[in-house]
Amino acid sequence: MIDLENVAYSYGGGELLSDISLRLAPGSFHFLTGPSGSGKTTLMKLCYGALLPTAGYVRLFDTDVRTLSRDDVAMLRRRVGVVHQDCQFLDHMPVAENIALPLQVSGRGTPAQGEDLADLMEWVGLTARANALPPELSGGERQRAALARAVIMSPDVVLADEPTGNVDWDMSQRLLRLLIELNRMGKTVLVATHDLSLIRATKAHVQARVLRIANRRIQLAGADL
Amino acid sequence: MTGGQLSRMFQRDTQADRVVPSSGFTAQLTLFAAGSMAFLAVFALSLSLAAGRLAERWGDELGRSATIRIAAPADQQQAQTAAALRILETTRGVDRARALTDAEQSALLAPWFGADLALDALPVPRLIEVIETAEGMDAAGLRLRLAAEVPGAVLDDHSRWRDPLVDAAQRLRLLGWTSIGLIAAVTAAMVTLAANAALAANAQVISVLRLVGATDRYIAQAFIRRFTLRALIGAAAGMVLGMIAVLLMPGGGDETDSFLTGLGFQGLHWLLPLLIPPLAAMVAYGATRMAARRVLEGLS
Repeated sequence: MIDLENVAYSYGGGELLSDISLRLAPGSFHFLTGPSGSGKTTLMKLCYGALLPTAGYVRLFDTDVRTLSRDDVAMLRRRVGVVHQDCQFLDHMPVAENIALPLQVSGRGTPAQGEDLADLMEWVGLTARANALPPELSGGERQRAALARAVIMSPDVVLADEPTGNVDWDMSQRLLRLLIELNRMGKTVLVATHDLSLIRATKAHVQARVLRIANRRIQLAGADL
Repeated sequence: MTGGQLSRMFQRDTQADRVVPSSGFTAQLTLFAAGSMAFLAVFALSLSLAAGRLAERWGDELGRSATIRIAAPADQQQAQTAAALRILETTRGVDRARALTDAEQSALLAPWFGADLALDALPVPRLIEVIETAEGMDAAGLRLRLAAEVPGAVLDDHSRWRDPLVDAAQRLRLLGWTSIGLIAAVTAAMVTLAANAALAANAQVISVLRLVGATDRYIAQAFIRRFTLRALIGAAAGMVLGMIAVLLMPGGGDETDSFLTGLGFQGLHWLLPLLIPPLAAMVAYGATRMAARRVLEGLS
């Protein structure tokens, strides 16, 4: 699905990531952890084509990201659902329309989708908030709306960058349960988080591998968690 | 912009339009600016067309006519007129020539001396109207022949005062068309500025759309549609007002009398201003498209 081979990334100053090799197999569940500023978000961005590696190769669905045109990247984003820590919406449109936005921009906004949308809204527990505007939502509601928006196109991969950053413990658990459910439905899931207790709590429910970024490199964290 | 692109642009459901929040004030500014530009374009157009007509008329009709004035003592006038007409008959480039009758000369003088003028009581020179052929005649040669055989004849081929007027009219027409070009360029600049402002104000909207898989084309479309429509509507309103203003210009009857009263459209030329709104829309389409492409390509 997503292959990184000896990838390095440097911002103007110096190298943030170096010699990263990583393969996300279909249906796998990965956690990505590391201290803040270690490059978790950068690595996530490399995984959905928002950044290009300064060295090495990133292959998304078997295509080198360097060869992708801007339209190819747009098509790719329809197969990769992304949830950010500070998720953004179109603030002038109600939540339900925001969640259905990927369908609309891909020209698939048919009436038949209405029922799926209702199911999805119920799954993330936002049915009652369907007509609210995004700025009226709480942090947890925003994260769930972002998750619903990320999966409405039925993507192959779900990338979540600190999805629990702004929410309390119960809500984190609830979000993680949704991600686990998605993984059971066959989606590849990568969750970046610095919250180790969340990882521990989740590992009981799913076969998850934990990747840790330390000293610009990635390591497979083992039993020490 | 092809017809297909145009119809697709207007067929797109209004849903796609809603992804970009509407901006009331800038929208109205764009409408106003497009309207003003169209209004000015109507005037520049009517100026160019009127100047063109004038240059053509002066160059054409007057250029092909000349006058010979026979100022001779009363007893010789008849003979000298006949001599001048004989010379003209054998002059190359003269299509026809005839002496004006007493009645015609009275009519010409009537505005100055009144209608009941007794022409034979005054030493009025006889006028001969000369119409040239398309090739034109050699005025200097004719003058020499007249000087030798008809001492009282003076040839006036009008070119002395006509040429600078024709030049001025042609320059005026050029200025008019230059103004129209400048108006189009300013419209493009103004739409580009407005589009850039709109794109910058909607940076979050654009990044959200990119994240959920919208193509540049889809994102640009929302902006292009809006600015094209605004330019079209604004220019249409400006054009209508401009045409009403031209229509209400006080007319001075015959256009040769005064250039100012001839400022307006004639016949099929009334249809030309109708091209202004579609042209403004095309300019806006191109300008927004380029602005959107430039901004979007700078984003990840």
